[in-house]
Amino acid sequence: MTGDMRQGDALMTLEGLTKAYPGVVANDQVSFSLLPGEVHALLGENGAGKSTLVKMIYGLVKPDAGQMTLNGTDFTPVNPAAARAAGVAMVFQHFSLFDALSVAENIALGMDNPPNTRELAGRIREVSQAYGLPLDPDRIVGDLSAGERQRVEIIRCLLQNPKLLIMDEPTSVLTPQEVEILFKTLRKLTSEGTSILYISHKLEEIRALCEHATILRLGVVVDTCDPREKSARELAELMVGDTLHVPSRDPAEPGEVALSLSGVSMPSPSEFGTDLRNVSLEVRKGEVLGIGGVAGNGQDELLAVISGEARAREGSITLAGDEINILSPSARRARGLLTAPEERLGHSAAPEMSLTENALLTGSVREKLVDRGFLRWNKTEKFARRIIEAFDVRTPGPDNAAGSLSGGNLQKFVIGREVLQNPDVLVVNQPTWGVDAAAAASIRQSLLDLAHKGAAVIVISQDLDELMEISDRFTALNEGRLARPVSTQGLSVEEIGLMMGGAESDEVAA
Amino acid sequence: MIRLEKRPQPSKFWGALTPVLAVIATMIAGGILFWMLGKDPLEAIRTIFWDPLFHETFGPYSRPQLMVKAGPLILIAIGLSLGFRAGIWNIGAEGQYIMGAVCGAAVGLAFYPSESMLIFPAMVLAGAIGGWAWAMIPGVLKVKFGTNEILVSLMLVYVAENILASVSQGLLKNPDGMGFPGSRNFRDFPAAHNTDLIAGTGMHWGVAAAFIAVILAYILLTRHMLGFQVRLTGEAPRAAKFAGVNPTRLILFCLGTSGALAGLAGLFEVSGPSGQVSIDFNAGYGFTAIIVAFLGRLHPIGILLAGLLMALTYIGGELAQLMLGLPGAAIQMFQGMLMFFLLAMDMLSHYRVRWKTPVAAQEGAK
Repeated sequence: MTGDMRQGDALMTLEGLTKAYPGVVANDQVSFSLLPGEVHALLGENGAGKSTLVKMIYGLVKPDAGQMTLNGTDFTPVNPAAARAAGVAMVFQHFSLFDALSVAENIALGMDNPPNTRELAGRIREVSQAYGLPLDPDRIVGDLSAGERQRVEIIRCLLQNPKLLIMDEPTSVLTPQEVEILFKTLRKLTSEGTSILYISHKLEEIRALCEHATILRLGVVVDTCDPREKSARELAELMVGDTLHVPSRDPAEPGEVALSLSGVSMPSPSEFGTDLRNVSLEVRKGEVLGIGGVAGNGQDELLAVISGEARAREGSITLAGDEINILSPSARRARGLLTAPEERLGHSAAPEMSLTENALLTGSVREKLVDRGFLRWNKTEKFARRIIEAFDVRTPGPDNAAGSLSGGNLQKFVIGREVLQNPDVLVVNQPTWGVDAAAAASIRQSLLDLAHKGAAVIVISQDLDELMEISDRFTALNEGRLARPVSTQGLSVEEIGLMMGGAESDEVAA
Repeated sequence: MIRLEKRPQPSKFWGALTPVLAVIATMIAGGILFWMLGKDPLEAIRTIFWDPLFHETFGPYSRPQLMVKAGPLILIAIGLSLGFRAGIWNIGAEGQYIMGAVCGAAVGLAFYPSESMLIFPAMVLAGAIGGWAWAMIPGVLKVKFGTNEILVSLMLVYVAENILASVSQGLLKNPDGMGFPGSRNFRDFPAAHNTDLIAGTGMHWGVAAAFIAVILAYILLTRHMLGFQVRLTGEAPRAAKFAGVNPTRLILFCLGTSGALAGLAGLFEVSGPSGQVSIDFNAGYGFTAIIVAFLGRLHPIGILLAGLLMALTYIGGELAQLMLGLPGAAIQMFQGMLMFFLLAMDMLSHYRVRWKTPVAAQEGAK
């Protein structure tokens, strides 16, 4: 499609790559080329075919048709080991690390011919210094932050001296300061001639980092451009293929305090979780409170203590002035406190059950779907249909299993289920995680509408752009501690980074 | 080359068909087994599956026996299926069955030779409480200390067996039994005897209770909040907690119900078909019911059918021992094979089987 003229000096070319799965063509005739030493962005919504494409390059998936070349010779990796041997490395969005092992042991496990531990530790130190990625090879991975875990994955790749490094959503787990460190590393790599294929949905980052962008929509390359010459909005519209709806609201005067936590402490129920430490917050009627922070800093625990799945050991939680710490999740729902956890499959929804049954899951009390213990299936199905219609959930009907929906559609269903119950307080964790741009915009709009109608809304999210867009006040979780909330108006990136307890300044310098 | 592809959601069609396929596969593999034992495989299969129901001579004797054997299997399996659906694994129904029989019989024998109408209901209650209490041991230990209910309930079977041996030679021994182990026979104690409701059909109170349990379990699972919570806990435990299900209460409910139903089955057996508390009174119903529960897909109607089928293999197996001289162990193996094939065939409901195209097969062979 493009770049034919620069194929001669290209590091890698893709020509007509096609891959079909039953019922869907994930990639259709995808062609582009990568120059040595460039950062090339791969842009697209969820389901656009980005993952399938990089899996083909990394040897995880075999294309149905098309050719790839690497350094001018044919490149057909049969498995990831072959791809690595040819100089292609990949950092996945979800890390494959063992919490109980040390950094060096984890890296050795991912290598095809690992040297002995002491030699490896030495090389890890070398690489980590050379590229400004501070990392102690002897530390246990379970104790590392998400940013440090990512460094383990990156260093594992760098030890192979790759010619092409593929990165899938690398900044979603990082603080702004850590993103700076990462970008410095990436720029150093490209200056040495390594090419980087960079997948992200954070458009500002792509504009700051990448020289070329290939945009995929429904498996087809729809455009290529220089992202530095486009605005973030233009890029987003290229991805969606439509004009983008930006959430809007009229600022309203916040009312009285709806939910307050004071001095809440709770040990995490899971072994590698984060304990909540002396968390205090207040959210008022008609207000959206945004809680930022890198994943794993107590977000799940904060939601659990508010939803009633876990009890605070110290401190108090009050809803409209009444202490609710001892109440069960259902009793809290009855009083108007609704929540939506981050994990859709298996936490906020049961994947193998139908949408009707999932509507019952949290709707039973407020929607009166149970009569003296007996279920009112007709009423429940009507409620499910109401959610599907009001929130534009794409599904053949309420009898379909929740797990058969795409992530974005299921998330719309989950958020819709809570919003339609007219909560006084709604707390959501990562409401648009893994959701395509159009669905994310409609979810944000529904949260704003809810606040406008007088509900108190807390949004816990890693997506800072999202929080800046919809919240009135902002705070951040760091290692289970909550910073003092401040007004979102005029908040700078540096201040946000400090609240998130970001990387220390000496690390940036290193 | 055969390739397996995971289905987006488990197929309901194959879910219903796999038990049938498992039965057919068991017949084929069982036939081969019988052939290797030097028997005519077709005749052996016919003796096990056909003759008990339709043979001129054996049929009239075997058909009531079908009810007698299926009753306790269904009753126990219904209780187990509730727990299995919620991911709570009570493997010790055999022990709860014994304890139900011992407690219920003890209450009856204590009042010998009273003719009060209240004795049998009191025995039924005592039987249910006995089984319930025995199942509460793993329940409470799990809730309080996080012990594994599989191990605790299973080990308690052996404790119950020893208690059974002890009481049949001691506390409950027939004073007029001339020193032989075993209690009085309930046939000689009309007020406490669990007799056929319609003479000659094998339909005793236990069979009636099994049918009632099937209906109640069906209503519970499809129409009641508690049944929904049971299913939700099994499908997605975190979602259940999020929805407000109290795990402690659910564990105790599931273990308690399955224990009480197993205890009832034991009581109905000891006061009816078996007639007395004896050292080897238990016949393994508590374990076979696990197969019945899974063969019936943990669904009440399925369990009803599976219980009848399993009862048939018991009776047919006895007939085959008698007529063809098949060893008793062969029939146990037959039942084991049924479970094995069922679990193996489950793959069909979760995966799609595809034959690779020749080109892809070549690449796959590399």
